[in-house]
Amino acid sequence: MITKDNYKKSIKPYQPKPKYFRNCIKAFLIGGLICSIGQGLTVFYMEVFGFTSKEAANPTVATLILIAALLTGFGVYDKIGQFAGAGTAVPVTGFANSITSAAMEHRSEGLVLGVSTNMFKLAGSVIVFGTVAAYIIGVLRYLIQSFL
Amino acid sequence: MKQGKQTWVFDNGVYIKGSATVTGPREKQGPLGQTYDYSFEDLYCGEDTWERAEQALLNKSIDLCLQKAKVRKDAVDLLVSGDLLNQNVTSNYVARDFPSSFLCVFGACSTSMEALAIASSQVDSGNSDVALASTSSHYSTAERQFRYPTEYGGQKPDTQTSTVTGAGAALVQKERSFVQVEAATIGKVVDFSANDPLDMGSAMAPAAADTIVQHLKDMNRQPEEYDMILTGDLSSVGTPIAKKLTYQFGYDIENVHRDCGLMVYNSNQNVFAGGSGCAVSAVVSYGHIMQQLRSGELNKVLIVATGALLSPTIVQQKETIPCIAHGVVLKRVSGS
Repeated sequence: MITKDNYKKSIKPYQPKPKYFRNCIKAFLIGGLICSIGQGLTVFYMEVFGFTSKEAANPTVATLILIAALLTGFGVYDKIGQFAGAGTAVPVTGFANSITSAAMEHRSEGLVLGVSTNMFKLAGSVIVFGTVAAYIIGVLRYLIQSFL
Repeated sequence: MKQGKQTWVFDNGVYIKGSATVTGPREKQGPLGQTYDYSFEDLYCGEDTWERAEQALLNKSIDLCLQKAKVRKDAVDLLVSGDLLNQNVTSNYVARDFPSSFLCVFGACSTSMEALAIASSQVDSGNSDVALASTSSHYSTAERQFRYPTEYGGQKPDTQTSTVTGAGAALVQKERSFVQVEAATIGKVVDFSANDPLDMGSAMAPAAADTIVQHLKDMNRQPEEYDMILTGDLSSVGTPIAKKLTYQFGYDIENVHRDCGLMVYNSNQNVFAGGSGCAVSAVVSYGHIMQQLRSGELNKVLIVATGALLSPTIVQQKETIPCIAHGVVLKRVSGS
């Protein structure tokens, strides 16, 4: 018997279950592939331009961001994202997609109030929590180092 | 005239003189593709923003409806219209160029039948001679207002529905024609505490069941007296729940029930649980169903459009999703 009080519980059998295992495998494969491409780019920048591995990190990230932004613009990234889930959301490419897609979406409201105001709509929380987390870890590290 | 608790019976005779449906490209590829009066080839519909594209859809459906009914724009007394966007912008901007009284309605995806019920009641009461009911929705305008940017790559769950890009209009008047609007059951807001905006089928099922059961009680009818009981956008998730709920109330709708959201797309079109949006019930009812009523394949249909009265802001404030469903009975009139 489905009633108002037990509604959420009693309709469980009717709702399709998220395929966690399959999604994990897909995320692992596509996420891993993106990281491998990143590694390939790093090696490329080191070999061709003679960067150290540390110096090669920035151009590597920039290239991945450029590729993700282009794929978003061509309307392909959301399709890859639907397949890969966290595999495309977690790497820097997901961050690039969230900014590019929001910027594209709000082009119709103009460059200032549309694009620039809204482009960090989704990415904003990543920046906020990233900065706050970095700050807390920085303070902890300082404290631990000064007492040890 | 009121019958039972929530039902209006239009005793004086209200008829649909004409109706029209307009869709986007994806709907055209669906199983009902041939039944639409016009389909745009891309989502921009020849405009430069999504919002203007939705207005183009609604405008086109109203123009085609008037054309098919052979009624001039200025002969319409009342336009009743609504959509999904904030401040009902699509309808308001379309009404800006429409020379009649205008009532703007919002019932989320139940708007199609809410507008038709109001238009019919106005004609029945004599407040209007000719009234037009219309509604629209657009995949991209809905997506950006209720969910994420269209190109955002987040993974969507299988319970999510896809908003139908389309618009539908129906012209009602007293002059006898082949389809009569017999009655309307106005739903009440029902909230079973579902709070997942990506699973609106589950949220709306109790509202659909409530209106169907209330309608059958008010009219003292059994489900079998209808050739079809058509719900709006319960999708593959909400449909079995609504059937189960009505069954619990003693009405078995299994054999007569269909859901518009499950009729507009093919299973290989990647629409997850099915189609949704104001337009889904409008493009199915005002096209396919009207044609079947005209040809005699259907004689009496109860259309229950279902709406999740969802606000992304309020849901983020941990509120649940109130839902509503409005039912309208369309009946074939023989010999006209």
